[in-house]
Amino acid sequence: MRLLAVEYHGRLNFSGKIQTMQINLALAQIATKLGDVQCNLEKHLDFIKQAKAQKADLVVFPELSLTGYVLQDLVPTVAHKPVDDDPIFQPLLKASQNLDLVVGFVDEDPGHRFYISSAYLSGGRVLHVHHKIYLPTYGLFDEGRFFAHGDSIRAFDTRFGRVGLLICEDFWHASPPYLLWLDGADILIFSSASPGRGLNAHDKLESAWWVENVNQSYANLFSSFVVHSNRVGFEDGLNFWGGATAYDPNGERIAHGPYFEEALTMTTLDLNQLRRTRSRLPLMRDERAYLVQRELNRILSK
Amino acid sequence: MNIDLSINTDLARKILAGFLKSEITRVGYSRAVINLSGGLDSAVSCALAVEAVGAENVLALRLPYKTSSPDSLEHAQWLVDQFKVRCETVEITDMVEPLFRLDPEMSKSRRGNVMARARMIVLYDRSEVFKALPIGTSNKTEILLGYTTMWGDMASALNPLGDLYKTQVRQLARALNIPQPIIDKPPSADLWAGQTDEGELGFTYDEVDKLLYLLVDKRYTVQDCIEAGFDKAFVDKVVGRVQRSQFKRMMPPVAKLSNRTVGYDFLYLRDWGT
Repeated sequence: MRLLAVEYHGRLNFSGKIQTMQINLALAQIATKLGDVQCNLEKHLDFIKQAKAQKADLVVFPELSLTGYVLQDLVPTVAHKPVDDDPIFQPLLKASQNLDLVVGFVDEDPGHRFYISSAYLSGGRVLHVHHKIYLPTYGLFDEGRFFAHGDSIRAFDTRFGRVGLLICEDFWHASPPYLLWLDGADILIFSSASPGRGLNAHDKLESAWWVENVNQSYANLFSSFVVHSNRVGFEDGLNFWGGATAYDPNGERIAHGPYFEEALTMTTLDLNQLRRTRSRLPLMRDERAYLVQRELNRILSK
Repeated sequence: MNIDLSINTDLARKILAGFLKSEITRVGYSRAVINLSGGLDSAVSCALAVEAVGAENVLALRLPYKTSSPDSLEHAQWLVDQFKVRCETVEITDMVEPLFRLDPEMSKSRRGNVMARARMIVLYDRSEVFKALPIGTSNKTEILLGYTTMWGDMASALNPLGDLYKTQVRQLARALNIPQPIIDKPPSADLWAGQTDEGELGFTYDEVDKLLYLLVDKRYTVQDCIEAGFDKAFVDKVVGRVQRSQFKRMMPPVAKLSNRTVGYDFLYLRDWGT
């Protein structure tokens, strides 16, 4: 039996010491104007300014934060390329000289396929773009009608260590967070535009209950940081419930934004917690990815 | 089988008042207008509108017909006094009588529909004067059963109650301090003397809400519902009503001819650009 041999992308230096590092994280749960990218950009810049005043290192915006969510036939009119000379990304890239940003937008590829996307901006550059893999097209959702699905799941290096981005339905499937974990991501950054639903006698909606539970579970299962930024506001009859969260590698909740209201929720990620938790609970060490690969091959070859 | 339709009323209030505030203000309005019948549903819509935009921005309309129950008018007045909203009273008798006189054989239900639509005309007319959006009062039970007049009591710009069953609206009414006699009285459209919803429908809201909850929210089949303890004839009756009234829950279908047609492939939310 071969053991997992995943390259470790963390912050171990040659002496084997982990750098002391903390990230001041800002979770920006905003309401958006449907299809008005310029207006939404201005709100981003305003929240970035507030975050900077609070000494944030990283600001995470929700899914489709620059465009709004139920875009339907607006999709081709709101697409932007995350490049220097794009009028929407130019000020965001400039802002990323001071602090790192995760923003939600519609990306368009040369074949004119449109993707629900998250971009990680840092130091004036685009470090990574994630295209949403899983497009819910059932119930109240119709994403597959308007968008192409992404086809890669990659962790990437930032000045804080290795990070993975996922968007909403991506983490309703267990495999994307799992793959990011194997790819060395210590911080899983999730963004959503989650419509609130499932009102019953409890004090939170079923949709909020589920997302919070699954986020906490991933933090536990992967002994990693899991942060989530979810939008607020309304689009027609849909409400978006906010409630941004961050969980540490022990699954402890270290941030919780308010429900239904715009907010900038601050917390600190103590990256040394990764080492402490994983020393106690070596799930990463013991993970048998080749066994998973072998069994997946068997299952898929049936 | 224990079917629990209880809701967290704090959460419902927050979402529904937020919905009204957002959807009124984003299109450039700041006011709401509501036909206040004196019954439960419009009382709750009115209270939510007050939470959303403030009492000074809510206009309640009392629109009696000559045979309307005096209680209806009085109960509406209680709410006006309690919530301190503006109020206008417009009797619809003179609007509808000329039409009734043209056809002395007109049935009760036809007369009821005419009255409901006359009230809609006043609602929309006053909305223009008051620069307000008309707020709906239809609940999920009556929408699903089609127990409503198209372009009448169904007509509104925004409907905060359409995803709450009648028994859930009652829970919300208690949380919003709606006077107890309004909560307790038998629901009625008050279109003719002695009319009650449950008398006309032939079953109670308590019964039908539980069944609809299983059929719609929980996706039970007819057979699943019968196995859960509901009488087959009752289930068939309700399912039939829901199916036959589907047209009431839709905009009229446009016959498709072109490559891009309203209702099929011209897809934008109401909130487009707002």
